[in-house]
Amino acid sequence: MDANQAKFDYLLRQADNALILSQQLSQLCGKGPALEEDMALTNVALDLLGQTRMWLSYAGELEGQGRDEDRLAYLRDTREFRNVLLVEQPNGDYAQVMVRQFLFDTWHYFLMRGLLASSDKRIGEIAEKSIKEVTYHLRRSGDLVVRLGDGTDLSHAKMQAAVDELWTYAGEVFLYDAVDQAMQAQGIAPDPELLRAAFLNHVADVFEEATLTMPSPEGYMQRGGKQGRHSERLGYILAEMQFLQRAYPGVEW
Amino acid sequence: MAAVETSVDQVWAWLADVPDPEIPVISVVDLGIVRGVAFDDGSGACVVTITPTYSGCPAMQVIAEDVENALRARGLERVRVDTRLSPAWTTDWMSEAGKAALTGYGIAPPVQQVIDISGLRNGVKRHAIRQPDVACPHCGSMHTRLTSQFGSTPCKALYQCLDCREPFDYFKCH
Repeated sequence: MDANQAKFDYLLRQADNALILSQQLSQLCGKGPALEEDMALTNVALDLLGQTRMWLSYAGELEGQGRDEDRLAYLRDTREFRNVLLVEQPNGDYAQVMVRQFLFDTWHYFLMRGLLASSDKRIGEIAEKSIKEVTYHLRRSGDLVVRLGDGTDLSHAKMQAAVDELWTYAGEVFLYDAVDQAMQAQGIAPDPELLRAAFLNHVADVFEEATLTMPSPEGYMQRGGKQGRHSERLGYILAEMQFLQRAYPGVEW
Repeated sequence: MAAVETSVDQVWAWLADVPDPEIPVISVVDLGIVRGVAFDDGSGACVVTITPTYSGCPAMQVIAEDVENALRARGLERVRVDTRLSPAWTTDWMSEAGKAALTGYGIAPPVQQVIDISGLRNGVKRHAIRQPDVACPHCGSMHTRLTSQFGSTPCKALYQCLDCREPFDYFKCH
Protein backbone atom coordinates (compact mmCIF):
# COMPACT_ATOMS: atom_id res chain seq x y z
CA MET A 1 0.00 0.00 0.00
CA ASP A 2 1.22 3.47 -0.90
CA ALA A 3 2.60 5.03 2.29
CA ASN A 4 0.94 8.39 1.78
CA GLN A 5 -2.39 6.75 0.97
CA ALA A 6 -2.19 4.71 4.16
CA LYS A 7 -1.41 7.76 6.25
CA PHE A 8 -4.19 9.74 4.58
CA ASP A 9 -6.62 6.96 5.45
CA TYR A 10 -5.32 6.82 8.99
CA LEU A 11 -5.79 10.56 9.43
CA LEU A 12 -9.33 10.31 8.05
CA ARG A 13 -10.11 7.61 10.60
CA GLN A 14 -9.09 9.86 13.48
CA ALA A 15 -10.92 12.81 11.96
CA ASP A 16 -14.11 10.94 11.15
CA ASN A 17 -14.40 9.32 14.57
CA ALA A 18 -14.23 12.74 16.18
CA LEU A 19 -16.45 14.39 13.57
CA ILE A 20 -19.29 11.88 13.60
CA LEU A 21 -19.37 11.63 17.39
CA SER A 22 -19.29 15.43 17.58
CA GLN A 23 -22.22 15.64 15.19
CA GLN A 24 -24.19 13.07 17.18
CA LEU A 25 -23.56 14.91 20.45
CA SER A 26 -24.48 18.22 18.82
CA GLN A 27 -27.86 16.76 17.94
CA LEU A 28 -28.53 16.51 21.68
CA CYS A 29 -28.05 20.24 22.19
CA GLY A 30 -31.06 21.49 24.13
CA LYS A 31 -32.18 17.93 24.82
CA GLY A 32 -29.81 16.96 27.65
CA PRO A 33 -31.48 15.39 30.69
CA ALA A 34 -30.18 18.25 32.85
CA LEU A 35 -28.66 21.63 32.12
CA GLU A 36 -25.22 20.49 33.27
CA GLU A 37 -25.38 17.46 31.00
CA ASP A 38 -26.53 19.56 28.10
CA MET A 39 -23.52 21.83 28.49
CA ALA A 40 -21.18 18.90 28.89
CA LEU A 41 -22.44 17.18 25.74
CA THR A 42 -22.03 20.26 23.62
CA ASN A 43 -18.64 21.12 25.11
CA VAL A 44 -17.38 17.63 24.36
CA ALA A 45 -18.82 17.99 20.87
CA LEU A 46 -16.92 21.26 20.47
CA ASP A 47 -13.62 19.73 21.61
CA LEU A 48 -14.10 16.86 19.17
CA LEU A 49 -14.90 19.26 16.36
CA GLY A 50 -11.69 21.19 17.06
CA GLN A 51 -9.74 17.96 16.96
CA THR A 52 -11.48 17.02 13.72
CA ARG A 53 -10.23 20.22 12.13
CA MET A 54 -6.62 19.47 13.04
CA TRP A 55 -6.85 15.94 11.59
CA LEU A 56 -8.70 16.94 8.44
CA SER A 57 -6.40 19.87 7.73
CA TYR A 58 -3.42 17.57 7.92
CA ALA A 59 -5.15 14.94 5.77
CA GLY A 60 -5.98 17.53 3.13
CA GLU A 61 -2.42 18.88 3.04
CA LEU A 62 -0.99 15.38 2.81
CA GLU A 63 -3.29 14.44 -0.04
CA GLY A 64 -2.28 17.57 -1.95
CA GLN A 65 -5.42 17.63 -4.09
CA GLY A 66 -6.66 20.96 -2.83
CA ARG A 67 -9.24 19.49 -0.47
CA ASP A 68 -9.35 21.49 2.75
CA GLU A 69 -11.02 20.54 6.02
CA ASP A 70 -14.41 21.81 4.86
CA ARG A 71 -14.39 19.92 1.60
CA LEU A 72 -13.36 16.75 3.37
CA ALA A 73 -16.07 17.14 5.99
CA TYR A 74 -18.92 18.24 3.76
CA LEU A 75 -18.29 16.72 0.36
CA ARG A 76 -17.47 13.09 1.01
CA ASP A 77 -20.18 10.44 0.85
CA THR A 78 -20.73 7.57 3.29
CA ARG A 79 -18.37 5.10 1.63
CA GLU A 80 -15.52 7.59 1.96
CA PHE A 81 -16.02 8.00 5.71
CA ARG A 82 -13.61 6.02 7.87
CA ASN A 83 -15.17 6.23 11.33
CA VAL A 84 -15.76 3.14 13.42
CA LEU A 85 -19.35 1.89 13.69
CA LEU A 86 -19.45 2.70 17.42
CA VAL A 87 -19.71 6.45 16.89
CA GLU A 88 -22.60 6.19 14.43
CA GLN A 89 -24.76 4.18 16.83
CA PRO A 90 -28.01 6.01 17.63
CA ASN A 91 -28.17 8.47 20.52
CA GLY A 92 -30.95 6.36 22.04
CA ASP A 93 -31.49 6.89 25.76
CA TYR A 94 -28.97 8.57 28.02
CA ALA A 95 -27.46 5.25 29.09
CA GLN A 96 -26.62 4.54 25.46
CA VAL A 97 -25.17 8.01 25.01
CA MET A 98 -22.93 7.62 28.05
CA VAL A 99 -21.82 4.05 27.42
CA ARG A 100 -20.94 4.93 23.82
CA GLN A 101 -19.04 7.95 25.11
CA PHE A 102 -17.21 6.02 27.79
CA LEU A 103 -16.12 3.24 25.43
CA PHE A 104 -14.97 5.83 22.91
CA ASP A 105 -13.23 8.05 25.48
CA THR A 106 -11.32 5.13 26.97
CA TRP A 107 -9.98 4.02 23.61
CA HIS A 108 -9.41 7.62 22.52
CA TYR A 109 -7.40 8.38 25.64
CA PHE A 110 -5.05 5.43 25.28
CA LEU A 111 -4.68 6.01 21.55
CA MET A 112 -3.73 9.66 22.10
CA ARG A 113 -1.25 8.59 24.75
CA GLY A 114 0.26 6.18 22.25
CA LEU A 115 0.33 8.79 19.51
CA LEU A 116 2.33 11.18 21.71
CA ALA A 117 5.31 9.04 20.73
CA SER A 118 4.36 8.89 17.05
CA SER A 119 7.22 9.04 14.57
CA ASP A 120 5.11 11.58 12.66
CA LYS A 121 5.77 14.90 14.39
CA ARG A 122 2.51 16.53 13.44
CA ILE A 123 0.44 13.56 14.60
CA GLY A 124 2.31 13.74 17.90
CA GLU A 125 1.47 17.43 18.20
CA ILE A 126 -2.22 16.87 17.51
CA ALA A 127 -2.24 14.09 20.11
CA GLU A 128 -0.50 16.37 22.61
CA LYS A 129 -3.16 19.01 22.07
CA SER A 130 -6.04 16.53 22.17
CA ILE A 131 -5.09 14.41 25.13
CA LYS A 132 -5.82 17.08 27.72
CA GLU A 133 -9.35 17.43 26.44
CA VAL A 134 -9.77 13.68 26.07
CA THR A 135 -8.59 13.12 29.64
CA TYR A 136 -11.31 15.44 30.89
CA HIS A 137 -13.91 13.65 28.74
CA LEU A 138 -12.82 10.29 30.13
CA ARG A 139 -12.98 11.50 33.73
CA ARG A 140 -16.51 12.68 33.19
CA SER A 141 -17.87 9.70 31.26
CA GLY A 142 -16.27 7.29 33.73
CA ASP A 143 -17.87 9.16 36.64
CA LEU A 144 -21.27 8.98 34.99
CA VAL A 145 -20.98 5.30 34.17
CA VAL A 146 -20.33 4.68 37.87
CA ARG A 147 -23.12 6.96 39.06
CA LEU A 148 -25.70 5.50 36.70
CA GLY A 149 -24.50 1.90 36.87
CA ASP A 150 -24.31 1.92 40.65
CA GLY A 151 -27.44 4.07 40.92
CA THR A 152 -31.06 2.98 41.11
CA ASP A 153 -32.37 -0.37 39.90
CA LEU A 154 -33.75 1.37 36.84
CA SER A 155 -30.57 3.26 35.95
CA HIS A 156 -28.53 0.11 36.50
CA ALA A 157 -30.80 -1.91 34.22
CA LYS A 158 -30.62 0.73 31.50
CA MET A 159 -26.85 0.94 31.74
CA GLN A 160 -26.41 -2.82 31.57
CA ALA A 161 -28.72 -2.97 28.56
CA ALA A 162 -26.67 -0.24 26.86
CA VAL A 163 -23.43 -2.08 27.59
CA ASP A 164 -24.84 -5.30 26.16
CA GLU A 165 -26.19 -3.46 23.13
CA LEU A 166 -22.98 -1.56 22.33
CA TRP A 167 -20.34 -4.06 23.34
CA THR A 168 -19.93 -5.67 19.92
CA TYR A 169 -18.97 -2.23 18.59
CA ALA A 170 -16.14 -1.82 21.12
CA GLY A 171 -13.66 -4.05 19.34
CA GLU A 172 -13.43 -2.56 15.86
CA VAL A 173 -10.76 -0.07 16.86
CA PHE A 174 -8.40 -2.93 17.71
CA LEU A 175 -8.92 -4.88 14.50
CA TYR A 176 -5.89 -3.74 12.55
CA ASP A 177 -6.04 -3.87 8.78
CA ALA A 178 -3.38 -3.04 6.19
CA VAL A 179 -3.63 0.69 6.93
CA ASP A 180 -3.14 0.24 10.67
CA GLN A 181 -0.35 -2.26 10.13
CA ALA A 182 1.47 0.12 7.81
CA MET A 183 1.14 2.88 10.41
CA GLN A 184 2.36 0.64 13.20
CA ALA A 185 5.29 -0.57 11.11
CA GLN A 186 6.38 3.03 10.56
CA GLY A 187 6.13 3.85 14.26
CA ILE A 188 3.23 6.20 13.59
CA ALA A 189 0.54 4.23 15.42
CA PRO A 190 0.84 2.28 18.67
CA ASP A 191 0.69 -1.50 19.09
CA PRO A 192 -2.97 -2.60 19.04
CA GLU A 193 -2.41 -5.30 21.65
CA LEU A 194 -1.05 -2.84 24.19
CA LEU A 195 -3.89 -0.48 23.39
CA ARG A 196 -6.46 -3.22 23.78
CA ALA A 197 -5.01 -4.40 27.09
CA ALA A 198 -5.06 -0.88 28.53
CA PHE A 199 -8.61 -0.36 27.25
CA LEU A 200 -9.96 -3.60 28.72
CA ASN A 201 -8.19 -2.99 32.00
CA HIS A 202 -9.75 0.43 32.48
CA VAL A 203 -13.20 -0.62 31.29
CA ALA A 204 -13.11 -3.58 33.69
CA ASP A 205 -12.12 -1.28 36.60
CA VAL A 206 -14.90 1.20 35.92
CA PHE A 207 -17.55 -1.44 35.23
CA GLU A 208 -16.65 -3.18 38.47
CA GLU A 209 -17.09 0.04 40.40
CA ALA A 210 -20.32 0.64 38.49
CA THR A 211 -21.57 -2.91 39.33
CA LEU A 212 -21.93 -3.58 35.61
CA THR A 213 -21.11 -6.89 33.98
CA MET A 214 -18.51 -6.67 31.24
CA PRO A 215 -19.32 -8.95 28.30
CA SER A 216 -16.58 -11.16 26.94
CA PRO A 217 -13.99 -9.28 24.92
CA GLU A 218 -13.35 -12.45 22.95
CA GLY A 219 -16.79 -12.56 21.35
CA TYR A 220 -17.75 -11.45 17.87
CA MET A 221 -17.03 -7.80 17.11
CA GLN A 222 -18.72 -5.69 14.44
CA ARG A 223 -16.42 -4.30 11.79
CA GLY A 224 -16.41 -2.40 8.52
CA GLY A 225 -16.58 1.29 9.39
CA LYS A 226 -12.85 1.83 9.09
CA GLN A 227 -13.01 0.51 5.55
CA GLY A 228 -16.03 2.63 4.64
CA ARG A 229 -18.78 0.01 5.11
CA HIS A 230 -21.29 1.73 7.35
CA SER A 231 -24.74 1.25 8.77
CA GLU A 232 -27.67 2.96 7.11
CA ARG A 233 -27.63 5.46 9.91
CA LEU A 234 -24.48 7.25 8.74
CA GLY A 235 -26.35 8.37 5.64
CA TYR A 236 -28.89 10.19 7.78
CA ILE A 237 -26.19 11.77 9.92
CA LEU A 238 -24.38 13.04 6.84
CA ALA A 239 -27.61 14.19 5.22
CA GLU A 240 -28.18 16.56 8.10
CA MET A 241 -24.54 17.56 8.56
CA GLN A 242 -23.84 18.18 4.89
CA PHE A 243 -27.20 19.60 3.83
CA LEU A 244 -26.14 23.21 3.47
CA GLN A 245 -23.05 22.55 1.36
CA ARG A 246 -24.91 20.04 -0.79
CA ALA A 247 -27.91 22.32 -1.38
CA TYR A 248 -25.90 25.54 -1.72
CA PRO A 249 -22.40 24.54 -2.88
CA GLY A 250 -19.68 26.84 -1.64
CA VAL A 251 -21.98 28.94 0.53
CA GLU A 252 -20.26 30.92 3.29
CA TRP A 253 -21.49 33.02 6.17
CA MET B 1 0.42 54.67 7.40
CA ALA B 2 4.21 54.60 7.34
CA ALA B 3 6.02 51.51 8.45
CA VAL B 4 7.47 51.86 11.93
CA GLU B 5 10.72 50.55 13.28
CA THR B 6 10.02 48.76 16.47
CA SER B 7 11.41 46.18 18.87
CA VAL B 8 10.22 42.78 19.97
CA ASP B 9 9.74 44.15 23.50
CA GLN B 10 7.54 46.90 22.18
CA VAL B 11 5.37 44.38 20.33
CA TRP B 12 4.98 42.33 23.52
CA ALA B 13 3.90 45.48 25.33
CA TRP B 14 1.31 46.22 22.67
CA LEU B 15 0.00 42.66 22.76
CA ALA B 16 -0.44 42.98 26.51
CA ASP B 17 -3.26 45.41 25.67
CA VAL B 18 -5.12 42.93 23.46
CA PRO B 19 -7.95 41.44 25.54
CA ASP B 20 -9.25 37.91 25.32
CA PRO B 21 -12.54 38.20 23.39
CA GLU B 22 -14.47 35.98 25.82
CA ILE B 23 -12.95 37.24 29.07
CA PRO B 24 -11.96 40.83 28.35
CA VAL B 25 -10.30 41.48 31.74
CA ILE B 26 -7.37 39.28 30.79
CA SER B 27 -4.99 39.91 27.90
CA VAL B 28 -3.87 37.32 25.40
CA VAL B 29 -0.37 37.65 26.89
CA ASP B 30 -1.53 37.09 30.49
CA LEU B 31 -3.52 34.09 29.29
CA GLY B 32 -0.34 32.56 27.89
CA ILE B 33 -1.66 32.32 24.35
CA VAL B 34 1.15 34.36 22.77
CA ARG B 35 4.16 32.07 22.52
CA GLY B 36 6.56 34.16 20.52
CA VAL B 37 7.24 37.43 18.78
CA ALA B 38 9.91 37.75 16.11
CA PHE B 39 10.73 39.64 12.97
CA ASP B 40 11.13 37.58 9.83
CA ASP B 41 14.62 38.15 8.46
CA GLY B 42 13.53 37.90 4.88
CA SER B 43 10.27 39.80 4.63
CA GLY B 44 10.70 41.89 7.77
CA ALA B 45 7.20 40.88 8.81
CA CYS B 46 6.35 40.78 12.48
CA VAL B 47 5.50 37.15 13.25
CA VAL B 48 3.36 36.49 16.31
CA THR B 49 3.04 32.84 17.30
CA ILE B 50 -0.08 31.89 19.21
CA THR B 51 -1.31 28.59 20.57
CA PRO B 52 -4.93 27.50 20.93
CA THR B 53 -6.38 27.10 24.41
CA TYR B 54 -8.88 24.38 23.52
CA SER B 55 -8.78 22.90 20.04
CA GLY B 56 -12.41 23.82 19.37
CA CYS B 57 -12.40 27.22 21.03
CA PRO B 58 -14.20 29.58 18.64
CA ALA B 59 -12.33 32.55 20.14
CA MET B 60 -9.06 31.53 18.50
CA GLN B 61 -9.88 32.99 15.11
CA VAL B 62 -11.02 36.21 16.72
CA ILE B 63 -7.81 36.33 18.75
CA ALA B 64 -5.68 35.94 15.63
CA GLU B 65 -7.60 38.79 13.97
CA ASP B 66 -7.42 40.97 17.07
CA VAL B 67 -3.65 40.50 17.32
CA GLU B 68 -3.17 41.39 13.69
CA ASN B 69 -5.47 44.41 13.87
CA ALA B 70 -3.87 45.68 17.06
CA LEU B 71 -0.39 45.64 15.54
CA ARG B 72 -1.54 47.22 12.31
CA ALA B 73 -3.19 49.97 14.33
CA ARG B 74 0.24 50.63 15.90
CA GLY B 75 1.71 51.11 12.46
CA LEU B 76 3.15 47.68 11.70
CA GLU B 77 2.39 46.98 8.07
CA ARG B 78 3.51 43.40 7.72
CA VAL B 79 2.06 41.16 10.39
CA ARG B 80 1.68 37.42 10.32
CA VAL B 81 0.03 35.24 12.95
CA ASP B 82 1.23 31.64 13.14
CA THR B 83 -0.38 28.88 15.17
CA ARG B 84 1.68 26.38 17.11
CA LEU B 85 0.23 23.24 18.71
CA SER B 86 3.22 22.02 20.67
CA PRO B 87 3.96 22.43 23.51
CA ALA B 88 0.24 22.41 24.17
CA TRP B 89 -1.22 25.38 26.03
CA THR B 90 -1.53 25.00 29.76
CA THR B 91 -3.06 27.19 32.44
CA ASP B 92 0.35 27.01 34.13
CA TRP B 93 1.33 29.74 31.65
CA MET B 94 -1.26 32.15 32.98
CA SER B 95 0.38 35.11 34.70
CA GLU B 96 -0.25 36.07 38.33
CA ALA B 97 -1.65 39.39 37.11
CA GLY B 98 -4.02 37.47 34.86
CA LYS B 99 -5.19 35.27 37.73
CA ALA B 100 -5.82 38.31 39.92
CA ALA B 101 -7.81 39.95 37.13
CA LEU B 102 -9.96 36.84 36.77
CA THR B 103 -10.77 36.81 40.48
CA GLY B 104 -11.74 40.47 40.32
CA TYR B 105 -14.04 39.62 37.42
CA GLY B 106 -15.80 36.89 39.39
CA ILE B 107 -14.03 33.89 37.83
CA ALA B 108 -12.00 31.67 40.13
CA PRO B 109 -8.56 31.17 38.55
CA PRO B 110 -6.95 27.72 38.16
CA VAL B 111 -5.73 26.71 41.61
CA GLN B 112 -3.03 24.18 40.95
CA GLN B 113 -0.24 23.29 38.63
CA VAL B 114 -1.60 21.01 35.98
CA ILE B 115 -1.61 17.39 36.97
CA ASP B 116 -2.73 14.35 35.05
CA ILE B 117 -6.32 13.89 36.18
CA SER B 118 -6.82 10.65 34.32
CA GLY B 119 -5.91 8.63 37.40
CA LEU B 120 -4.69 5.95 35.06
CA ARG B 121 -0.98 6.21 35.65
CA ASN B 122 1.12 4.39 38.20
CA GLY B 123 -1.71 2.16 39.31
CA VAL B 124 -3.61 5.05 40.92
CA LYS B 125 -7.28 4.19 40.94
CA ARG B 126 -9.57 6.35 38.90
CA HIS B 127 -11.45 7.85 41.82
CA ALA B 128 -8.33 8.64 43.84
CA ILE B 129 -7.78 12.00 42.15
CA ARG B 130 -8.60 14.81 44.55
CA GLN B 131 -10.84 17.61 43.35
CA PRO B 132 -9.13 20.99 43.70
CA ASP B 133 -10.10 23.31 46.55
CA VAL B 134 -11.50 26.35 44.80
CA ALA B 135 -11.97 29.67 46.60
CA CYS B 136 -15.15 31.64 45.96
CA PRO B 137 -14.13 34.75 43.97
CA HIS B 138 -16.89 36.73 45.71
CA CYS B 139 -16.40 36.04 49.42
CA GLY B 140 -13.16 34.04 49.50
CA SER B 141 -14.73 31.04 51.22
CA MET B 142 -13.14 27.65 50.53
CA HIS B 143 -16.51 26.04 51.19
CA THR B 144 -17.47 25.52 47.54
CA ARG B 145 -18.70 22.69 45.38
CA LEU B 146 -18.55 21.73 41.73
CA THR B 147 -21.99 21.93 40.11
CA SER B 148 -21.05 21.29 36.48
CA GLN B 149 -17.87 20.04 34.85
CA PHE B 150 -18.49 22.35 31.92
CA GLY B 151 -19.56 25.98 31.81
CA SER B 152 -20.16 28.84 29.42
CA THR B 153 -16.88 28.35 27.55
CA PRO B 154 -14.68 25.27 27.06
CA CYS B 155 -12.15 26.56 29.61
CA LYS B 156 -14.53 26.85 32.54
CA ALA B 157 -16.50 24.73 35.01
CA LEU B 158 -19.36 25.85 37.25
CA TYR B 159 -19.07 26.03 41.02
CA GLN B 160 -21.26 27.25 43.82
CA CYS B 161 -20.19 28.87 47.07
CA LEU B 162 -21.85 27.14 50.03
CA ASP B 163 -21.40 30.19 52.27
CA CYS B 164 -22.48 33.21 50.20
CA ARG B 165 -24.51 30.87 47.96
CA GLU B 166 -23.33 32.59 44.78
CA PRO B 167 -22.66 30.46 41.71
CA PHE B 168 -19.42 31.21 39.88
CA ASP B 169 -17.21 30.16 37.00
CA TYR B 170 -13.98 28.30 37.66
CA PHE B 171 -11.18 28.46 35.09
CA LYS B 172 -10.20 24.80 34.84
CA CYS B 173 -6.62 23.61 35.16
CA HIS B 174 -5.60 22.45 31.72
